[in-house]
Amino acid sequence: MSFWLVLTVNSVTFGGLLFLLSAGFSLIFGLMRIPNLTHGSLFMVGAYVGATFVVGMLGFALNFWLAAILATLTVAALGALAERLLLRRLPGDQLAQVLVTLGLSFMAADFCLMVWGGDPLSVATPDSLTGFVRFGTVVFPAYRLAIIALAVVVAIGLWLLLDRTRLGAMIRAGVDDPDMARVVGIRVSQLFTIVFALGAGLAAFAGITGGPILSVYPGLDQDMLPLALVVVILGGSGSLLGSFVGSIIVGFIYNFGQALLPELAYFVLFMPMLLVLLLRPQGLFGRHVP
Amino acid sequence: MSALTVNNLCKSFGGLHVTTNVNLNVEPGERRLIIGPNGAGKTTLFNLITGEITPDSGSIHLFGDDITKTPSRRRPHLGMARTYQIITLFPRDSIIHNVSLALLGLSPARWNPITDMKRQGNLIERGLAALERVGLADIAERPLAQTSYGERRRVEIAMALAQNPKLLLLDEPFAGLSIDERQDVQKCLMAIPRDVTMVMIEHNMDVALEFAERITLLHFGEVIVEGNRAEVVDNPRTREVYLGH
Amino acid sequence: MSARLIALGIVFVALLTLPYWMFGVYYVNVASQILFYAIFALGLNVLVGYGGLVSLGHAGLFGISAYATGYMLQLGYGHPTAILVALIMGLASMVIYAVLSLRSTGIGFIMITLALGEILWGLAYRWISVTGGDNGINVPSRPTLLGSSMSNATTFYYTTLLVFLISVGLMWVFVRSPFGAALRGTRDQPRRMNALGYHVWAIRFWACMFSGLLTAVSGILFVYYTQFISPQTLSLTSSAEVLLMVISGGPGTLLGPFVGAGLVVVVKNVVSAFIERWNFLLGAIFVAIVILMPEGLVPGTARLWRSLWRKRAHAVTPPAAKTEASS
Repeated sequence: MSFWLVLTVNSVTFGGLLFLLSAGFSLIFGLMRIPNLTHGSLFMVGAYVGATFVVGMLGFALNFWLAAILATLTVAALGALAERLLLRRLPGDQLAQVLVTLGLSFMAADFCLMVWGGDPLSVATPDSLTGFVRFGTVVFPAYRLAIIALAVVVAIGLWLLLDRTRLGAMIRAGVDDPDMARVVGIRVSQLFTIVFALGAGLAAFAGITGGPILSVYPGLDQDMLPLALVVVILGGSGSLLGSFVGSIIVGFIYNFGQALLPELAYFVLFMPMLLVLLLRPQGLFGRHVP
Repeated sequence: MSALTVNNLCKSFGGLHVTTNVNLNVEPGERRLIIGPNGAGKTTLFNLITGEITPDSGSIHLFGDDITKTPSRRRPHLGMARTYQIITLFPRDSIIHNVSLALLGLSPARWNPITDMKRQGNLIERGLAALERVGLADIAERPLAQTSYGERRRVEIAMALAQNPKLLLLDEPFAGLSIDERQDVQKCLMAIPRDVTMVMIEHNMDVALEFAERITLLHFGEVIVEGNRAEVVDNPRTREVYLGH
Repeated sequence: MSARLIALGIVFVALLTLPYWMFGVYYVNVASQILFYAIFALGLNVLVGYGGLVSLGHAGLFGISAYATGYMLQLGYGHPTAILVALIMGLASMVIYAVLSLRSTGIGFIMITLALGEILWGLAYRWISVTGGDNGINVPSRPTLLGSSMSNATTFYYTTLLVFLISVGLMWVFVRSPFGAALRGTRDQPRRMNALGYHVWAIRFWACMFSGLLTAVSGILFVYYTQFISPQTLSLTSSAEVLLMVISGGPGTLLGPFVGAGLVVVVKNVVSAFIERWNFLLGAIFVAIVILMPEGLVPGTARLWRSLWRKRAHAVTPPAAKTEASS
């Protein structure tokens, strides 16, 4: 019984991480129509930068959450830079976008390898959350619950941003009809930079938050990117609810798949995505067909 | 036998009825004008006739044949040609290549992966002839990207004419043209012989009224008024539709 | 225009005589690699450059032909049989790929092909009885062609060169043909093409089959070159790499794939000996290409050449004639 419970908790936790990762990707793709193939790299760089501060590689160790915030801001800034200097020159040129995002991911991966080496970095769980939480007879690791809580908080925060703020309204308008949005006077290019930075920051936050669970290693980017893609396809691009539901679904499929059917792990993950693409190309909650 | 018969055609998107019980009967050789305020469903009607959208109910007959279920890619082969409101040409290619593509679409040669396209002498010849009819034969080799808007409109018409259609659908062929350009396009259209039936959507009343023999007025997807020029212009419902009272 | 022909002529002669002037067997082998990867990229370019369909799963098809060859040889069949089966398997797989992925266009197509590639990769890992899983399949020998064994680097090189030249020839014919024009039409204005009477899905399907043929051929050459096939070859990274070859070289050009393949293979195999951070360098080169020549190396270089030529013409022309020199 406990086996299933553990698996379930891990699935929801992983789903929470995936949500933090893919919400950004979904927004970027939904608004800017850019398949941001650096998203896995942003996750990984965020994890490495955060780990650096947590472990104290620069001579001083920071509180986990402070480190996470620093990592998030750093990567968000890098994302904004990449958008302004590179992606902005390529509106609509999908092939060039693929080339530049993949090129950047090559550079990021090798850079991380050079700076942090080939051995995995383990990130210690923050002190306050190393224990367990007891619900009656069942015991959960506190950190995993914390991640779930964080994901929910961020989800609510993003929802409020999109639904209640002017910025959010502009983003939604841009997702639904970018040409019309421009005509109405929305500063689409500024919006793009903000959204890209937001997406990048979220990915980085996911990376460092996931550090204690997944650790940080070369190749983390290539492991996470396909998962983000699956989530966005399943859930539908540009939809927050879609990212949330999609993340939970993928979290379950991934964990249960690994545990019960390791031989078919990839089938179990990509078959649902394939089916969705074939039967309902806009995903569960997507607004337009990609 | 009529050239085009549309019977009780209906189409809705979600809850929005874009075409409601439209009946249309165009005689061979006729010059029919379809007018109506923005959002009247004129282009949608064209899209239904060409098959790009499937109707919810109703039928479409082309020279007596029921084409309601015919896929849109087959309809050009049955003699239907169309120009678009928004120019959708092939910008990377020359004018003559654009027209050749239109010709190739109807030829079995389009499946040929072996011989040189440029050597399909027939295609080039006929393409140039079509360009001649719109007065663009001398700039046939020019890349489309280097042509003016008016010239591109004429290329559109050349492409449609090159298909030797029996029914030609023109969606706002005068949109965005200068006065001179309008005259050029008008000349082309007036010169089209009577074995081509023409149906035109247009907003620009000066040129359109000159062209039209019969006019159909659409509003909110329904046919409001139909008749010859005088009948439609004098009809009080026409003024109602355009001026709201 | 004739500058182009001269350049092509030089490259052709260089390729023809390569084993005689190249510094050592290692580099002859690098040249062979460039050539069969170029065939792979040519195949992908049919879809990406001429069809407007970006596939992120082509390594899966490449791998199927490689695995089929290895598996048939393992079962004890001779080279001709193995190659034939590999070609058939490659084409059959492409039929499935095409039918599934052509349900979508744009990003949907990219995602479906990615999913298919990942599924095939997973299959290669898990179907151990057939693929040997992580251990892969070893190919103990290369075939003999006209009495000369392809174990000899020079023989292998010339065989690959021959297949490459035939592939380029096929592409050249294809691109000039009416079908090629139709395919490009569906890339630029699919809706319009439908309205002009073309069967857009069918055109794309047959383009996929042509792509599948070239991909299968390159997969077979690959497995004979490395004499080994493992799941890594079908990974997303591999699919991304060949896509990058196409895009960096210049999609929709005949020689772009060759240049792109050359870039990636040379950096991976030659530059890597001198520069440890060659992955970073490769990424940086891609980014530089996007900034300086977003249309790709081949069209970009042609553009640069033309503008240099024009500047030269302006500089040489006396002022009176300048008004005529503008183009």
